[in-house]
Formats: sequence, structure tokens, C-alpha cells
Amino acid sequence: MKGNPQLTAEGQLQHLLTIEGLPRGVLLHILDTAASFEHVAQQEIKKVPLLQGKSVFNLFFESSTRTRTTFEIAAKRLSADVINLNVNASSQSKGETLLDTVDNLSAMQADMFVVRHAESGAAHLIANHVAPGIHVINAGDGRHAHPTQALLDMYTIRHFKKSFESLKVAIVGDVQHSRVARSQIHALTTLHVPEVRVIGPKTLIPRDVEQLGVQVFHDMAQGLRDVDVVIMLRLQNERMNGALLPSRDEYFKYYGLTPAKLARAKPDAIVMHPGPMNRGVEIDSEVADGMQSVILKQVTFGIAVRMAVMAILAGERSSATS
Amino acid sequence: MKIQISHGRVINPATGDDAVQDVFIAAGKIVGLGLQPAGFTPNRIIDARHKIVMPGLVDLAARLREPGYEYLAKLESEMFAATVGGVTSLSCPPDTDPPLDEPGLVEMLKHRAKGRNQTNVYPLGALTQQLQGTRLTEMGELREAGCVAFSQANAPLMDTQVLSRALDYAATFGFAVWLQPLDPHLARGGVAHDGEVATRLGLPPIPACAETIALSTILHLVRHTQAHVHLCRLSSAAGLELVRAAKQEGLPVTCDISINQLHLTEHDIGFFNPHCHLIPPLRSLRDRDALRAGLAEGIVDALVSDHSPVNAETKQVPFEAAEPGATGLELLLPLALQWARESGIALPQALSRITADPARILGIPAGQITLGSPADVCIFNPAQEWVVTPQSLKSQGKNTPFLNLPLQGKVSHTIVGGFLIYEDARA
Repeated sequence: MKGNPQLTAEGQLQHLLTIEGLPRGVLLHILDTAASFEHVAQQEIKKVPLLQGKSVFNLFFESSTRTRTTFEIAAKRLSADVINLNVNASSQSKGETLLDTVDNLSAMQADMFVVRHAESGAAHLIANHVAPGIHVINAGDGRHAHPTQALLDMYTIRHFKKSFESLKVAIVGDVQHSRVARSQIHALTTLHVPEVRVIGPKTLIPRDVEQLGVQVFHDMAQGLRDVDVVIMLRLQNERMNGALLPSRDEYFKYYGLTPAKLARAKPDAIVMHPGPMNRGVEIDSEVADGMQSVILKQVTFGIAVRMAVMAILAGERSSATS
Repeated sequence: MKIQISHGRVINPATGDDAVQDVFIAAGKIVGLGLQPAGFTPNRIIDARHKIVMPGLVDLAARLREPGYEYLAKLESEMFAATVGGVTSLSCPPDTDPPLDEPGLVEMLKHRAKGRNQTNVYPLGALTQQLQGTRLTEMGELREAGCVAFSQANAPLMDTQVLSRALDYAATFGFAVWLQPLDPHLARGGVAHDGEVATRLGLPPIPACAETIALSTILHLVRHTQAHVHLCRLSSAAGLELVRAAKQEGLPVTCDISINQLHLTEHDIGFFNPHCHLIPPLRSLRDRDALRAGLAEGIVDALVSDHSPVNAETKQVPFEAAEPGATGLELLLPLALQWARESGIALPQALSRITADPARILGIPAGQITLGSPADVCIFNPAQEWVVTPQSLKSQGKNTPFLNLPLQGKVSHTIVGGFLIYEDARA
């Protein structure tokens, strides 16, 4: 088995593909760097010149609004040139292979690829293929990983809870098909969160998930008892009516987050969601818009965290100075 | 052509004989062992000092990709790969394009293979027309054209009534049916064992019960029809236990596993190594160890290469989109030897799984070195190490999870029907 392909021999981050296998120090460094970028948004000119002259290609083989936009904002605040490519609509439909697309864009002097793809492992494939010096950020591959989402979630948790070492965190919903959940689990366990729970019906919980260091609950009321953080997952439309779940109504009844269920958690528990939300499916509007919800803060923090990842990959290890 | 193989360690797995002696070949047969027959004057003497002389390998699963998939591999390249691997008899599944469901196609393949004067090719006929699982093929005609048994290859046969009738019809004539047990519904969309690694990497899973459910169905139908069924490519410990029970019961079944399942587990997928995208999937360590023990014990009758050359481009895509399959003809012998070494199994017993046992399943008089048997012989240097690289592989398919691995044991001579068809002076 090859070593961790996202770290150099010296242990420096050269790609961000998955949280799995990243040392705690690397995660904390990203979070600290993100904190140093938070002020950029408050400046009159919301820019720092760290990535000036660099080309960042947003390579999205699967549609996305929020993630692509926050990556774009992050890159622009670092003064990079950003090129957005919605590949679904262009070369893939002309039969060009994934790696041919990457080669062509590399020939246009790309410095960084932000990749989203419907298949697990796509970001690893690209990272193994590109020339040294080109960095790959995984913006979501299949069910596998969505590391920047997990990092911004950790940033949000640290912002509200100050430390990780005594927390109980519950992740609720479709863990089976969720790259977000997988990355969150790795991030939480790496950051020494002592108790990570996953909650959902058996059809949506992958086999042997306990091996990742989590406890499994099928009863939401039990699973939410005394937790500090509730992370809701998005339920894809196509999974709502079929052999995985009988209906969205029944799903909401047992696994939708309502004020009553949330009352099982600690009184100061925060509610998170990676978006986009399905109100009335996995989360009640009263909770989504309620006092404990930090969902919009997640989006804001996402920009600083993505700036931090790009800056670190580009070799700017010190915090921003402007 | 008269050949004398001198001073080699001759192993005949069928009898367990293992001794340094000379082998004398004339008119395509073994005519002498140890003692030189009267009046025998060799045209060629092969010095087999420090080498092992064994029956040529019999591989129950090698895709030659003809007809139809010549862009993946050609008869020429793959039959040469067979000789390099010491394989002197092989059977090829019917999943060509078109599938081997008509006598003309089988005759053509047999004819083209024979014309190369290399490895003996024993095609499997399609069990159903177009492998679609609905209408039976003309099994009698296909048998006359040269098919040794009938198979669905990896194509699903969902309709159990059709399967039951296919087994009944085959049993009428005493034809064997080869089936790969995999429930197509449970395996739908899956690419990896339903365990820790698939969960970690977010790969759509194939549970082991996809194998055991299909196996149970087949075994019930074997009991019902008494057809002889060969079960292809077992992958799980639970599946092995079902076969063990069936054999104890006396059902007419045999089974095989591939070199991939013998040596690898789900953990070899690492960071999405597309060469480990295989059907059936690589399962847990526990499954692999059970299969290794089952092969030693003989519950698993044969070890096969499951040779499936694919294009490099079809592996340069994300794991789940990668074409499943691995090249294997040239790896069968060294990987059998490695298993024997690691498991402390005597060579005659280990080599039986790639010679006499598969020959018995095919019902051909190959896989042994005895007086009067066909002179299909493999001579190899057991000490020679080599590394699996795209350059060292002769198959057109360079796709294998064993890439860059050092292996021990290299074929120096391959003899088919008394003709020396391959020689490597460096081995």
C-alpha cells in the first residue's frame, strides 16, 4: 500500500484529499490559519495577495452552488485567478476522459485544482496524475470524502465550544451515502472528541462503521441525549421513496430534527447542517432557524477555512499579514 | 521430436511422486521416466538440473478476448502469455462478443487456437443464448463443436426456473455447468466487499451474502437436478462452508478460487488502487485465510488465474468506474508456489491444484506426468526471482494488483504435445 498521497515525505500537505490519515497538528494548523483570515472579510478591500498570479481551476464534475462559490470567493480573496469549469456540460459529454481533461487544464498552467466528482476516489486519481507542484483539493468525491466541509465544521465547533476534548457529537441521517459524514468522523476522532455518535436507520448506516470510532444509534431520542453538537445530514431526494426508506414523512417522524428531539441534547447544544437543507425532511424549520442553529455561520466560516487550505497548499505557512 | 529432460526434480502431483529423474518424450507422449526406453535417441536434451519438471498447468479461467474484444487482447498475445506461464491447457469463458453460443463461433475459436500450435484451448459454451439467461443454447451441438462445459461467465441468470431447466437439460447429457455464484440484486452497483474498507472509502458494497444466497440457490438446484456443477471464483468463508457441506452431502460439485482471492484482501485496495477492482470483490482477511485453508484441504479443488486483460485506460478512472479484472496467466505458477511456501504445503499437493485437479474438472487427460500421458510439461526454476512489471508481462493486459511485486519461480520451458513451444534461456 502506498503512503498517504496527500503528504510529502516531510509531512507537508501537498494535496487535500481526505481527512483520514492527517495528523492532528495539520488539522489544527489549518483551523488556526483560518482564524487568522477571518479579519480579511472585515477589511474594506477583502483581499490578501498570497495567491497572486496563481490559477485556481474549479473543476466540478457534479453540480454545486455553495461549495463552488465559497471556493471561488476564497481564491479571489487570496488574489488568485479563478476559472470555473462545469465539466458535466462540456468535455465529458464529448467523451474526453477525466485525466485528459486534467492534462489539458494543466497545460494551461493550472496551479491548483478544486475537484468535485460523483465517484469515490476521483480526487486521489487526479492527485496521483498531476505534475509535482500542482495541488489538488477534494471538494467532494462520491461517498468518500469532503475534507473542507469537515474542516469548516470543526472550525464552527471550536468557535462555539472552544475545545474538542470533552464533547459529545451526534451525526444524524444518511451516513451511508455521505462523504460529509465520513470526513467529519475522521476529523472529530483525530481532534480527540471522546464521543462521536451516528444516528439513522440501518439502511443508511454503513457496515462496520464502528471501526471508524463511532457509536451507532437507531433511536434518535437516545442518540441525542446530552450531546453538545448535532450535525444533520442532507437526505437526497432519490433516497426518500424506495427500498432505503418508505417515505419522507416517515423519515421525518423518526429522524427529522424537531424542537422536541433537540430538547434531549444539552441546552446549549449547537445544530449544524452542511446544506442544502430539506426543511421538513431532515430538519424542522423551527430548529433550522432557531437559536441553536449555527448553519449560516458554517457557510461564513467556510470561506476562511478554504482560504487557509489554499494558502497552506501554496506554501504560505505563516498567517496572513496585510 | 524426441526430447530428453535430464536431471530435473520431477513432480507428478496426481500420485505425489517427487524424485530426480529423467523424462523421455516421443510422439507427443511421455515414453519413459527414469529409464531411457530402448532405442530412444533424443533430438534435444534439456538440462533441468536444479529445476522442477511438472505437468503443464491447467487453468480453468483465462479470457483470451476473442472473438470481439481484440482491442483488449488477442489470441496471439494471450496464448503466448499462457506458454510463458507454463500453462498448457486452459478453458475460456463464453463472455466474448458475440458470446460462444453458436457452434460456428466455437469451431472458429478452436481452429484459430489450434493453428497456433500452442496451449490447448477448451472453450466453455454459453449456457443461455446471448448469455441473457432466458433461452437455452444448443448444448449438444456446442459440445460437438468442442465445448467442454457450459457457463454464464459473469452474466446473471436471475430466473431460477431457467436455471433449473438448464441444469436438468445439461444433466440429461452429462454436461457440466459452471456457475459463478453472485446474486445480481445484492451485487448491483457494488464494487468492494461490504466491510471496513468500503465504508472508509465510500465504495458501494457487495455483501458476502450476495455469494451465499446465489450458492444456496445453486446447491438446492443441484440436489434437485443432480447436474454436475463447478462453482467458479469463491470469495467468502461462508461460501466455502456451504460448499464443504454440499460435498459432505455428496452433491456433484467442485469449485475454484482465483490467485487474487488467494493472496489479497479488501485492505489491498489502499487508496483506491483500481487493479483491486475485481469481481468477486476482495474480501476480509478472515475470508482469505479460510479460502487458503480450503485450497490446502481440497474443499477448493482448483486455483485459477481468472485472467482478464483490460485496457490501461479503463483502469485510469475512479475506482468504481474502473473495468474489473486482472491479468493472471503468467502469475498462476509463482503465486501457487508462494502460497505453498507461506502455508507450508508440500509441492506435489500445491501443484495438484493447478494441474491434476483442474484437469479432472475439465475431464481431460492432462495434468500428469506418467507413462503414456500427453507430453504437456512445464519446467521451471524455483529459485529465480523476478518482478511483475508491464515489461515482464507478455499478456497485452498489464493490469494486475501484483504489479511491482517480486515473485519467485520462473518457467524455463513449456512443452505441449511433445513440442517445445517456449524456452527462456535466462530461467
